[in-house]
Amino acid sequence: MSLDAKIPTGPLEQKWDNHRFHTKLVNPANRRKFEIIVVGTGLAGASAAASLGEMGYNVKAFCLQDSPRRAHSIAAQGGINAAKNYPNDGDSVHRLFYDTIKGGDFRAREANVHRLAQVSNSIIDQCVAQGVPFGREYGGSLSNRSFGGAQVSRTFYSRGQTGQQLLLGAYGALMRQAASGQVKIFPRREMLDLVVVDGRARGIVCRNMVDGKIESHAGHAVLLCTGGYGNVFYLSTNAASCNVTATWRAHKRGAFFGNPCFTQIHPTCIPVAGAQQSKLTLMSESLRNDGRVWVPKTAGDNRSPSQIPESERDYYLERRYPSFGNLVPRDVASRAAKAVIDEKKGVGPTGLAVYLDFADSIKRLGADVIRERYGNLFDMYAHITAEDPYQTPMRIYPAVHYAMGGLWVDYNLMTTVPGLFCLGEANFSDHGANRLGASALMQGLADGYFVIPYTLGGYLASGGIPSVGADHAAFRDAEKAVEEQTRRLLAVQGRRTAADFHRQLGLLLWDKCGMARNEAGLKDLLSRIPGIREEFWQNVKVAGQKESFNQALERAGRVADFLEFAELLVRDALERRESCGGHFREEFQTPDNEARRDDKNFAHAAAWEYRGDGQDPMRHAEPLTFEAVSLAQRSYQ
Amino acid sequence: MSGDMRFTLKVWRQKNAAEMGRFEIYEAKGVSPDMSLFEMLDAVNEDLILKGEDPIAFDHDCREGICGTCGSVINGQPHGPETGTTTCQVFMRLFKAGDTITIEPFRAKAFPVVKDLIVDRSAFDRIIAAGGYVSVGTGAAPEANTLPVPKEKSELAMDAAACIGCGACVAACPNAAAMLFVGAKISHLGLLPQGQPERDRRSIALRRAMDREGFGNCTNHAECEAACPKEIKMRNIARFNRDYLKASFLSEE
Ligand code: FES
Repeated sequence: MSLDAKIPTGPLEQKWDNHRFHTKLVNPANRRKFEIIVVGTGLAGASAAASLGEMGYNVKAFCLQDSPRRAHSIAAQGGINAAKNYPNDGDSVHRLFYDTIKGGDFRAREANVHRLAQVSNSIIDQCVAQGVPFGREYGGSLSNRSFGGAQVSRTFYSRGQTGQQLLLGAYGALMRQAASGQVKIFPRREMLDLVVVDGRARGIVCRNMVDGKIESHAGHAVLLCTGGYGNVFYLSTNAASCNVTATWRAHKRGAFFGNPCFTQIHPTCIPVAGAQQSKLTLMSESLRNDGRVWVPKTAGDNRSPSQIPESERDYYLERRYPSFGNLVPRDVASRAAKAVIDEKKGVGPTGLAVYLDFADSIKRLGADVIRERYGNLFDMYAHITAEDPYQTPMRIYPAVHYAMGGLWVDYNLMTTVPGLFCLGEANFSDHGANRLGASALMQGLADGYFVIPYTLGGYLASGGIPSVGADHAAFRDAEKAVEEQTRRLLAVQGRRTAADFHRQLGLLLWDKCGMARNEAGLKDLLSRIPGIREEFWQNVKVAGQKESFNQALERAGRVADFLEFAELLVRDALERRESCGGHFREEFQTPDNEARRDDKNFAHAAAWEYRGDGQDPMRHAEPLTFEAVSLAQRSYQ
Repeated sequence: MSGDMRFTLKVWRQKNAAEMGRFEIYEAKGVSPDMSLFEMLDAVNEDLILKGEDPIAFDHDCREGICGTCGSVINGQPHGPETGTTTCQVFMRLFKAGDTITIEPFRAKAFPVVKDLIVDRSAFDRIIAAGGYVSVGTGAAPEANTLPVPKEKSELAMDAAACIGCGACVAACPNAAAMLFVGAKISHLGLLPQGQPERDRRSIALRRAMDREGFGNCTNHAECEAACPKEIKMRNIARFNRDYLKASFLSEE
């Protein structure tokens, strides 16, 4: 099978407009004849379900939380980018496009990224109209802040709760459709399989998490908006329920998986404190606007920060990257932290941390200004660590945060399974090998509000989709497979919990496939993961019953999928013999330790095809051609 | 850094909505002060699973105080003894080693128990569906800076919009009223120019939805404000009452 990205012809700036004009439309009277299944109600899913409902499609929206308002988008803190150029500092659609392509280390598709930049302004308009309380200036206009990887101020924000406010906006739009009956909401449902009939996605099988019953839902198209797989590393900034199950099961039904090795390690998280720790907490990147990152110049210097004089501190980001300073992109900042920690200059009780110091800003601006900008983040930090960041520098450490990889999609956001679309973090499309701050919210909402309403219509209007109900035999088969897996999980009755296996897998991955990777380590992982998986199926212990509320069973199912997916992630990391963005292969670096890309051999997206259990997956490549930008060694110096 | 604190946990166990619940006693060992209450419960649950017993079901997701999924009553207080905190942000350094800690679900008629510490808060979704939004379709928005919003207003709107929909206000209220939750939404949208066209309709619709769901009435106990993890203020209730009265007088229905 060959990959066709369906990139429209014509000049980059006109591709999206031309494509919208040439895409077939479904007339309003016909839209109500279509049933659309949307899985996930984060920014991408809620905005898609609401917009499609408004257009007159019959939508069923599924989420595993108790309410669609709780998806993990809600945790995004810092902001959302747009090319409004309100500060008059030189921003434009083209600059946002360029920064995003460059930030992604030239591993994203130009046409998609340009479209993202083009619709970014409409997103802000939409959210303001919904009543999202963005930060404002005294004159009443919208306020902007700077974020990593950009030299303009283009980030809109609602204090440190931007994701929450944007999601509540989309949730409101969704509930309006729910009230009108256009969207039916199914909370506490976990998608466990995709149903494909005659080569097209025709529905899902899910588990009702309250009573454990397996349900089938049929439709004319399925949209997966199920977020990222960062939790494969066990410890991450992701919410507990974030998982790979929906996309992984779709992968096993024919959807290619794009660039699974592109994972983002976020530089500013609260360091790990103990072995029982269940999650890592992010401190928004916006803190780097006013905080200075440093470590002691001498290895092993364990004086308290206040005793280390200015001359004995190494502000290593400012030193190494004078023009971007503390605002270098996330991958660069994380790697720089790792470098000083490897030199034993790390701070705090574990030595696995660097300082993020606000003393200068507090002196310059006063504590009140800092409190106004970051008050809730400072409180959160103080609460978790029992230290006061107004008095003493924060300690931060990189942590897994975001998945750039995801299901491969074409320009229409359709996967390699016709009728199966994938939106938001769950797809692989716009961020290449590294995502810039404040771009995840932008992409989720772009996909849901402004892309899928057009491209889904194009698919439906092209015809040839016979009616298929949930009584079709393919649904019975999928239900049986799901029941069988549940039965097996409960039947093992071994001696280790699913969480225990998850922890084991995650630590291994973090160690050998985290901030830095090399061939020997990756090969070692590939030889060990199958053994862990095998032991899982012989020795896992899942308590409780099938047909009941059973969180142990939910967890075990997700861990089982992580154990399969992890192998693909590692394989992808091994095959990509270059360093780019968040994928740092130690063998491929410049003399000053920056990522060295190999554009001759790897200027492509990898898309993996599943070929059956026990078979090696097949790697396909979608060549990336760059017309509007010239490939350059990324430099933030 | 595993710790050496021990606690006795008195936890509400209830199989499902239909069956009666009861308290069960568990011992938590090896607890460190930097652990969260949930990390302690994780450890207790691991042991229960290995013993083949049903682990304690509790709702949680972000574990950083923003998603509103978690919510239990700890030692009689929704979200525990500290103010401005969600249950997931309760750390064990708050307790003295050897303490007995009581953990039970939010209790309110409108929030039936699903299992153990988990309750059904879908009534909140239905209230929002009744009109807790601005009715603007995708694509119908004017340019974002068209309507200036005074900074003070937008900050006040944000204070109210910070509500995470956890339901602690209801659990804390002797009448199980949802006034703080609804008042926060009314204030958030009512303070912004974008919320004006539907302001009257909204207060009437949300009031009715709230009554329909079986929430009680506000009699000014202020327990909701004390329990709110986002420190949403009672004056949002006053604003709601004002809006509602005004809307009812003007109502032509
Ligand atoms: S788990 Fe999200 S607020 Fe507590």
